[in-house]
Amino acid sequence: MNQQTPIIEVANIDKFYGNFHALKDVDLTVRQGEKVVICGPSGSGKSTLIRCFNGLEWHNSGRIVIDEIEVHQNAKRIRELRQEVGMVFQQFNLFPHLTVLENLTIGPMKVRKIAQAQAEETARGYLDRVHIPEQADKYPAQLSGGQQQRVAIARSLCMEPRIMLFDEPTSALDPEMINEVLDVMVELAETGMTMVVVTHEMGFARKVADTMVFMEEGRIVEVSPPNKFFTDPDSDRCRLFLNQILEH
Amino acid sequence: MTNSIKQLKWPDYLILAIVIVFFGYIWITIEGTLNYKWRWHLIPNYIVGWHTGREEYFANLLLQGLGATFRISIYASILALILGTLLGVARCSSNLTIRMLARTYLEFLRNIPPVVVVFIFFFFLSQQLIDALNLERWARGIARQENNEIWVFFFGEMRRFPSLISGVIVLALFESAFVGEIIRAGIQSIPKGQREAARSIGMNGLQELRYIVLPQALKKVVPPLANQFITLIKDSAIISLISVQELTFKTVELVASSRMIFEAWITTAAFYFIVCFSLSRVFARLERNSQNN
Repeated sequence: MNQQTPIIEVANIDKFYGNFHALKDVDLTVRQGEKVVICGPSGSGKSTLIRCFNGLEWHNSGRIVIDEIEVHQNAKRIRELRQEVGMVFQQFNLFPHLTVLENLTIGPMKVRKIAQAQAEETARGYLDRVHIPEQADKYPAQLSGGQQQRVAIARSLCMEPRIMLFDEPTSALDPEMINEVLDVMVELAETGMTMVVVTHEMGFARKVADTMVFMEEGRIVEVSPPNKFFTDPDSDRCRLFLNQILEH
Repeated sequence: MTNSIKQLKWPDYLILAIVIVFFGYIWITIEGTLNYKWRWHLIPNYIVGWHTGREEYFANLLLQGLGATFRISIYASILALILGTLLGVARCSSNLTIRMLARTYLEFLRNIPPVVVVFIFFFFLSQQLIDALNLERWARGIARQENNEIWVFFFGEMRRFPSLISGVIVLALFESAFVGEIIRAGIQSIPKGQREAARSIGMNGLQELRYIVLPQALKKVVPPLANQFITLIKDSAIISLISVQELTFKTVELVASSRMIFEAWITTAAFYFIVCFSLSRVFARLERNSQNN
């Protein structure tokens, strides 16, 4: 599975916010079906990196090619690309004025121009898969954080993407809700979806990741398979970081 | 109300007594020197008059004026809302030229006295527009028709239609600047994450605005827009200057013909107050109710 064709290719990208050098000469390849977990201290550029993958941020130099489309500031092309790349945010970002079902169908109906009946059927299917079919007619504010994040995952899946990006999906959740979201993500991983996940949930990483990436100060410091990453990482910085977050 | 009366302590009564004495003193002084003959009993006739020939009641000057004020305020609000929404969206545009144009329009309107704005819009815009569209002749045509009750209900005396239209346009252009600022504030209050979520499912800028940002923003700006509507009703008095036959204009007419200066203006003030105050109470209650739900 892991030896298939690359679906995300990042080559020598740099990103600046004014004078701040957010990403420094980053290279990364993700293969089809691969699960990549990116970790690192806050401010290390993890979120910035995956936000470059669907053009929510623009890299200043270098190349990002996703599914043979180069990420480029061409509005039409970037919209096509975004339909292939789902994104789940730390703050869920559900649309509060729409019901759960409408949150799920608005993308397929308005962007993919799918008929309402069909979009709703697909949406209910995905709500089933994230284990909250009974919440379809509620508004996001009526749901718990964990349920909202699962709706957000279902909303992305409704666009039938080929890649899913997760930007710290459990960081804004109360501890007792983290597992219900991680469970859904594990199930999604089992379907063979290509996933890039920024998270500090090392239990999830051990269970799911094919490749671990450690970032610090805008650079990728370590890329290795989980068994090596957690027991014998090459870089001292990575070892220190793991000690810090695995201590408790 | 009864609760707040119970809360009054002796200093409150003292303050109230001083206020009453003060105004009473002024009143007596004016009564003595003014030598004004009050004719309040004539006022009701100028609100609802009795037509002796046709043996029926009809809306006289003041009520006609109030009706015109209502019509103009409602139409101008609708137009101002449309223009203001465009302006608010333009103010948040990613295109610098569009942003600058919207900003220029806004700054002009905010830094020129309303009266001057009204005259400029009227002479440079409305009049030319009405001539160009040949509205004058069209309205006269309708006024001559037999069954024009519906037209009269919506637009008043059809012969005055062009003046109504210029009033609506002038008022709407003027208020659109303020509506635009309210809409802009509403749009900018929507968290960045909403836009990012919309874009990440592949929406384009227009879809993002139409399905995600505006529905949320418009809901948030209903209370300030309601207040702006009340302000618009008050501002509508200005367009009496360009001979739009609304309440203030009719009062000027009434004063000129009957010399009941005080009675007429006090009645008009009462009309504006009753309308604006009751609207503000209604809006406040609606807002409370919607928050409770």
